Amino acid sequence: MPGQTLFEARVQPQPFDLAAEHTRLAALGPMVGAIVSFVGQVRDTPLTLEHYPGMAERQMQAVLDEARARWPLLGAIAVHRHGSLAVGEPIVLVLTASSHRAAAFQAAEFLMDWLKTKAPFWKQAGGEWIAAKGDDDTAADRWGDR
Amino acid sequence: MIRLLYFAWVRERIGKAEEALALEHPASLRQILDRLRTVSAGHAAALADPSRLRAAINQDFAGFDAIVHPGDEVALFPPVTGG
Repeated sequence: MPGQTLFEARVQPQPFDLAAEHTRLAALGPMVGAIVSFVGQVRDTPLTLEHYPGMAERQMQAVLDEARARWPLLGAIAVHRHGSLAVGEPIVLVLTASSHRAAAFQAAEFLMDWLKTKAPFWKQAGGEWIAAKGDDDTAADRWGDR
Repeated sequence: MIRLLYFAWVRERIGKAEEALALEHPASLRQILDRLRTVSAGHAAALADPSRLRAAINQDFAGFDAIVHPGDEVALFPPVTGG
């Protein structure tokens, strides 16, 4: 249906379906000219992810709203998994849809940078809690007010 | 009363994921932390260094000078590491 928009944040233990989410954005109508997707994978060591139910969805939605205010987006989807994840499993998914590629690329990068510093998730590997990285704050800060 | 939620190593050191705390009048998060440190050795250890902690009031990030009201949901946790 033309003229629709879709901005959705989800938290779930099960894997996500990149093609299905892409199709949902493509179906927003004839103004969709660019869809960018990013998939974060578990690298190097298995992880367990704890999250704050309620706040996680709320903060992810707030980051989507911020992206929508900054770029002419037609849609955006963010999905973050929790629970135990093996090496090579997908952990986070971000898609952005816009009429032109620049907005879609920039908004996708912005969404990942802000999700890393604003969504309440905590990674554990080998029984140890992973410390937050200053690099992530630097990446988030380059987009301005947070 | 307020509802307190703990996550990651804060939850592990305190030994529980949530608890209630009596609160009749508004107080700063810093004052709440001062009270919580007296509850148990685990609380004292988990909450010793506020620079290592982040907080949320009613599911929005809050600084330690923010005011907590009776009925609020307060969460204490390490800096987030998702993504």
